[in-house]
Amino acid sequence: MSELPGDLLYTKDHEWLRREDDGSVSIGVTDHAQAALGDLVYVELPEVDQDVTEGGDMAVVESVKAASDVYSPIDGKVAAVNDVLADDPETINTDPYGDGWIVRITPGGEIDESAFLTPDAYQALLDEE
Amino acid sequence: MGKKTPKHHKHVEAGARIVDFGGWDMPLHYGSQKEEHHAVRQKAGMFDVSHMTIVDLKGDRVREFLRYLVANDVAKLQDAGKALYTSMLNEDGGVIDDLIIYFMDESWFRLVVNAATREKDLAWIRRQAEAFSVDVHERAELAMIAVQGPQARELAAPCIDAEWREAALELKPFYGMEAGDMFVARTGYTGEDGWEIVMPAAHAATIWDRLTAAGIVPCGLAARDTLRLEAAMNLYGSDMDETISPLEAGLGWTVAWEPADRDFIGRKPLEAMRANPDKRRFVGLLLEDKGVLRNHQRVVVDGIGDGEITSGGFSPTIGRSIALARVPAGDYDSAHVDVRGKLLNVRIVKTPFVRNGEVRIEL
Repeated sequence: MSELPGDLLYTKDHEWLRREDDGSVSIGVTDHAQAALGDLVYVELPEVDQDVTEGGDMAVVESVKAASDVYSPIDGKVAAVNDVLADDPETINTDPYGDGWIVRITPGGEIDESAFLTPDAYQALLDEE
Repeated sequence: MGKKTPKHHKHVEAGARIVDFGGWDMPLHYGSQKEEHHAVRQKAGMFDVSHMTIVDLKGDRVREFLRYLVANDVAKLQDAGKALYTSMLNEDGGVIDDLIIYFMDESWFRLVVNAATREKDLAWIRRQAEAFSVDVHERAELAMIAVQGPQARELAAPCIDAEWREAALELKPFYGMEAGDMFVARTGYTGEDGWEIVMPAAHAATIWDRLTAAGIVPCGLAARDTLRLEAAMNLYGSDMDETISPLEAGLGWTVAWEPADRDFIGRKPLEAMRANPDKRRFVGLLLEDKGVLRNHQRVVVDGIGDGEITSGGFSPTIGRSIALARVPAGDYDSAHVDVRGKLLNVRIVKTPFVRNGEVRIEL
């Protein structure tokens, strides 16, 4: 099992968040999630400027075997989507924490980091599964 | 914990992701189901299909019994080893299971039925067999490996005892033969050439290792599903079940109507359905838009009505999504599919989508 990046926050739904310098938040799925999904073949992305709400559907990642919702971990507005995924969805398989990011959100307010899992806490969750 | 095949520990050793399938712990994939899929289309892959149920029927009246039990007609089986694909129907014409029947000799036919339907199949067959004094013998001590792909037979041949190897390589499609303590058949569920090899369970792990060493790629159930979907081969429980007749599942070709006086279980209701052509069509769909078609999505035919996808997924060979669907009768060649509230464009295509490594539909 690969090491979890230490600069990210994680969710119980196997998503990760990165706070970017411009105040936006990048979101993707974890290495564990991409491995469980298998070869990705399609990613349905939201529109830029679309409002998103915490816990609401935001994108869909589809592997050969299944479709899985990607939830927005925070309230806000879509600042950017990763267009590379339209043609190369498998980028999520090969680089889940880097080029495989999915959506960038401009947060609607302050982010409560305690609502998310630290790398250690997320690792503990994986160890339990 | 489910039942384990004789090769279970081999799958775990190879890093397989294991899932439950009809009560069996089976490998879903060994890393990448797409690579496994391509291996079968381009070279050779193998599947542990030991969960499938082998049933030997023996008795003087076994042929007569099978002519009554199943919708296809075993009178077609006159050469030793010849195989027949058929459905087994209930009294209402619904499909209890689909199966392959091998003609071994005049008092012995071999059936291969699905794993998930094992118990009800055996109970049904035993019940019907009584009147014919046919012995129904499940061969749970046998294991089965399917080697599939353009190079599968050539690469697997050294695993067949030298005495039988030549004859095995000369088997025509849809024939099987005994080869020492093995049974080898030129059949499969992928749309590629290959063999299904039956062997004593005690030898299965050793043979699996030899096949791996020969360069045959271990493949899981996930690749098996995308391969059979591309080949437009039905999956029991998905494309048909006891509430669906073979005529509504694209299996009309497996129903032998002639001779008209052959009475088989389900014949009467099936004839009534046949007389009423205002029935549902079973078709192939090609997605024209981006996305993936999935089981149970609604097919919308403008001005005619709705249908349903019975098997949908991504085709690794074509690089687009394909599906099998039950749709309303009518003359049309395009439709829409409701994917999470969006109506995507699909084209009705003639199946199979892929056969023997080649895309058979117009893209």
